[in-house]
Amino acid sequence: MLSAGLGTILWTTIAFLIVLMLLKKMAWAPILKSLKDREDFISDSLKSAESANAQLSQLKADNEKLLAEARVEREKMLKEAKEIGDDIVAKARKSAVEEEQRIMNKAKQDIENEKTAAIAELKKQVVSLSIQMAETVLKKEFENKDQQMKLVEENLKSASLN
Amino acid sequence: MALNLKVTEKQNFISNMNFKRNIVFVLFTLFSLVSFASHDTIYHENVAIEAHSSEVSHEQKFDAGEMIIHHITDAHEIHFFTLNEGTENETHYSIYLPVIIKDETGFKCFSASHFYHNKKNVEVNGKHQHYYEHDGYILQGEKIYKAEGVEGIAFNAEGKVTNTSVLDLSPTKSVVGMFITIAILLLLFGGAARKYKKNPNMAPNGVQGLLEPLILFIRDEVVIPAIGPKHAHRFMPFLLTTFFFIWIANILGMIPFIGGFNIMGTLGVTIVLATIVFIITIVNGKGYYWTHILWPHGVPLPIKFILVPIEIIGLFMKPLVLMIRLTANMTAGHIIFLALTALIFIFGATSEGAGYGVGIGSVAFMVFMYFIELLVAFLQAYVFTLLAASYFGSALEEPHH
Repeated sequence: MLSAGLGTILWTTIAFLIVLMLLKKMAWAPILKSLKDREDFISDSLKSAESANAQLSQLKADNEKLLAEARVEREKMLKEAKEIGDDIVAKARKSAVEEEQRIMNKAKQDIENEKTAAIAELKKQVVSLSIQMAETVLKKEFENKDQQMKLVEENLKSASLN
Repeated sequence: MALNLKVTEKQNFISNMNFKRNIVFVLFTLFSLVSFASHDTIYHENVAIEAHSSEVSHEQKFDAGEMIIHHITDAHEIHFFTLNEGTENETHYSIYLPVIIKDETGFKCFSASHFYHNKKNVEVNGKHQHYYEHDGYILQGEKIYKAEGVEGIAFNAEGKVTNTSVLDLSPTKSVVGMFITIAILLLLFGGAARKYKKNPNMAPNGVQGLLEPLILFIRDEVVIPAIGPKHAHRFMPFLLTTFFFIWIANILGMIPFIGGFNIMGTLGVTIVLATIVFIITIVNGKGYYWTHILWPHGVPLPIKFILVPIEIIGLFMKPLVLMIRLTANMTAGHIIFLALTALIFIFGATSEGAGYGVGIGSVAFMVFMYFIELLVAFLQAYVFTLLAASYFGSALEEPHH
């Protein structure tokens, strides 16, 4: 029962060596290689994922910093713009007031001038009226010279012309 | 692009088909070697039945021991079943394997059906013995001898055959089982390897999913711990092949109706595996390994004279034990099933009811044993691989200071 036949030994040796060679070449080599490759691939992927993660968080931090800077910048710009705006408004107001003042002054000046001119005109008219009156008086005086003269003198005394 | 993809897929499919066809072709060639034997069977059927019927007069008592030994022994036929046993129409359904023998007249090749259809019964020391005869050769207990004398066969006082044996190079049942195992191995791992090449860096699917955990288990739990990561890759192909070869052969032996292969229970098979392990260990043995065996450091001289012979015996004992463990375990498994079956017939011979009663118990226990044997099939492959790896590991061990 338990005896090793030479034929079985021979066949087994041949068969086993053939299957060993065949499997080594067509199965074990590619399978073990791709298993190794896959393990390497997975560990590489994990490593690169980790570094990508680190990069990402770095990027995020950078972004936040940039955002904060941008916010500060914006506030600064807004402030400046407001200041400039205020300045412009203030200047505009100032110049408007000045203009108004100037126009007012000019108007006053004009009124003054007009007034002076009107007074001058009035004076002229008064003079001419006086002259006419004087003429009339003179004409009458020429009829009654003494009386006329007296009248003129009295008139002149009562009329105060400046 | 999509069209190209389809074309390559189709090509892959075709190459796949070709591969499968090749395997089928190999299997077919393998069996055509066998099939001429079965053709002979049909041709000789009438003769055979005649020969049998002439012997039927012998009242054959059921002999459990003989039945068990007959079933676990390697044979020159793959026997499926026998119809009408012990009657005139007794018919054997077997594949008869080719017999290749060599004696001083040279090689002879014929179908084993010539043997199995020419059964002779003799009485030796009051015990029935049978043998087969063909063309001047005798087949007794699956061993082939030269026919000698008038009787053709001669027994000594212990009931052993005294004829001169001839060199038997036949591809026996275990050899055929081994070829089937190899075909399965090539089919499985060839397919898996192609998937690995086709989908690199992808999750395994299909047959890969079945094999990858086992390959990784052998690599990470057996080979690398035993040998170390530096040398492990050199021994991976041998150890993986050994593991799967033993495992699949063991599984094949558990499938019913295909002839009851007992491949790893055949000493001729395990002796080869053990010898290869021995050779690899010797070839890879480094200085430290040999000094450890031949002149161990730090041991008093008188002890050395005891220790060194023990170590040298151990050198041969290790693969020997490897061989015996595997053979004995697998044979034991087969014996349990056969013994449980024999139990039914032994009780059945006393009364029919007892036969049925025991049958129920036997079957229940056989189901249980099947699960145990499924585990053992894996375990023995694992143990063989683990021990082989540890022997290689110790051969490669380097002194650690």
